[in-house]
Amino acid sequence: MHAAEATPDLHGLLAEFGSAQGLVDAAERAHRAGYRAMDAYSPYPIEHLSEVICEHHRSKVPLICLTGGVIGALSGFALAYWTSAIDYPINIGGRPFNSWPAFIPVIFETTILFAAFSAGIGMLAVNRLPEPYHPVFNVERFRQAGARDGYFLCIEATDPKFDRTATRQFLVEAGAVEVNEVAP
Amino acid sequence: MSVADLPQSSHHAPPVLAPGHGPATITDKISSVVFGRMPLWFYVGMLIAFGGVMMLLGALTKLVFEGIGIWGNNQPVGWGFDIINFVWWIGIGHAGTLISAILLLLRQEWRTSINRFAEAMTLFAVACAVIYPLFHTGRPWLAAYWLLPYPNTMGMWPNFRSPLIWDVFAVSTYGSVSLLFWYIGLIPDLAALRDKAVKAWQQRVYGIFSLGWRNSARHWHNYESAYLLLAGLSTPLVLSVHSVVSFDFASGQIPGWHATIFPPYFVAGAVFAGFAMVLTLVIPLRRFFGLEDFITTRHLDNMGRVMLLTGLIVAYGYAMELFTAWYSGNLYEMYMVKNRLTGPYAAIYASLILCNVLAIQPLWFERFRRSVVALWIISMFVNFGMWFERFIIIPTSLHRDFLPGAWDMYTPTRWDFATFFGTIGLFLALMFLFVRVLPAIAMFEMKTLTPEAKIKEGAH
Repeated sequence: MHAAEATPDLHGLLAEFGSAQGLVDAAERAHRAGYRAMDAYSPYPIEHLSEVICEHHRSKVPLICLTGGVIGALSGFALAYWTSAIDYPINIGGRPFNSWPAFIPVIFETTILFAAFSAGIGMLAVNRLPEPYHPVFNVERFRQAGARDGYFLCIEATDPKFDRTATRQFLVEAGAVEVNEVAP
Repeated sequence: MSVADLPQSSHHAPPVLAPGHGPATITDKISSVVFGRMPLWFYVGMLIAFGGVMMLLGALTKLVFEGIGIWGNNQPVGWGFDIINFVWWIGIGHAGTLISAILLLLRQEWRTSINRFAEAMTLFAVACAVIYPLFHTGRPWLAAYWLLPYPNTMGMWPNFRSPLIWDVFAVSTYGSVSLLFWYIGLIPDLAALRDKAVKAWQQRVYGIFSLGWRNSARHWHNYESAYLLLAGLSTPLVLSVHSVVSFDFASGQIPGWHATIFPPYFVAGAVFAGFAMVLTLVIPLRRFFGLEDFITTRHLDNMGRVMLLTGLIVAYGYAMELFTAWYSGNLYEMYMVKNRLTGPYAAIYASLILCNVLAIQPLWFERFRRSVVALWIISMFVNFGMWFERFIIIPTSLHRDFLPGAWDMYTPTRWDFATFFGTIGLFLALMFLFVRVLPAIAMFEMKTLTPEAKIKEGAH
């Protein structure tokens, strides 16, 4: 990263757009112009916007979820097998100690349990949440509208192409209604 | 039913979101329920529900002091109100997961405005349900070692071949995953409340629970992925839960229980009961909080259709029970049917058919599906009907099984009723609190239905 070149007293420039379409168009334009260290904020998920910002990278969450599910299945079977066949073997109705078909419901439930919690907690971890402090909240307008009806694009100061005046000019040309400096 | 309840043109489906709404009005309208003043009826309702909670605590205290002898359970009817109410409550929860998960995967946009509310209903119904199996052991603190696999000083482990332990795993997984799904869905809306709150303590509390969510496109990307995965995982989960509950019965030998139709029949019954409860709660809610723009007649109509479909599946289940009993040629199975139809509990069987089969027939007609009054009355019939169904399955099968010498009658006591009404009070009290402190309609999902959320992809 080129963090050393970044202006230390600035997180980035936050531009507000009047509509979702305006934000998506501006994000595409910023991407074409070569900006990479940027993030967009919209009060609801916009699939195309995420594609532009994340450059079509796939989310890591499905892989985390799959891993959790596999671990869950193995744990469920290990629990049932170890308790029923090794630690506490009891003859119930003449069935074998490792009567695995009867363990399927428990294995199924532990699979779902581990997979679901891996997806949920994994999503938070990948997003680095909980995050008690983030600079964008320093902008008064963002606090008011960020989760209500505001569409924002933030080009961050760590981007090599970032320049306080040129980037501001770029955002205004891209249709920004308002551009604010974000204190770090 | 008034003329105003009828649609203007019946072939044109009403919208899922009334026209004129944008992201701002959605946030303002839905969060106004949380931040606004509550009307008087809210406090009166909460007070009554809270009285129910107190009654529940009283009944459970008495139970712990004296043991389950205070209930009507006996030999041979070892399962009475405890398991009837457990199955009834668990069933009610199923509609929440169906709406939030299965309808999401099927891309049914109309689910959006009722999903949060229905998921809350799921959680509270599961909370009411688990009270019963926990307390029907008499001493829940001692029962832990055969319900939960934990290393104990006796060196004993639960029996993993038993449907009862499957049930513990299924219900606890269902409760935990439903809570997670609900909370993950709430995070963006909690962030909206955090930013909307005026009082410092509200900002702080919603701030803590929203985990610093800032609606970033990078976050939404992972969020949408996780949300879809949770929906995909909840779908088989919800189908497994009532199937496993039905195994508690189906793997027993009692006539009336030992049937392969039980899993699908129970799942359909659960969805049927759940949609009835959603309608029972949502119809007054949309009226009192003025949410008709978000929960439109389209939603009521669709819920009526789901109720009709699942009701017919349940009716098929009843018919099959009678048919297989006759076709089996088995003395005990045939007697079980005769006992249900003409025995001492015949009035309950007749009520069951009235509520679950006959009362839902008006739902074939659009004018009834779009009338709030008619729908609410039918949903109340179904709430009662599904409770009668559990009564028919449990005590009437148990009270006269194989040996006439072992027969007995089952009569619930006042403590049975106190516990039952107590859980209804608990359920309603939790519902009142939920509506008061959390957005009852998923705001960020509603925003995706607005016209401005439709994006044209550029030359990218």
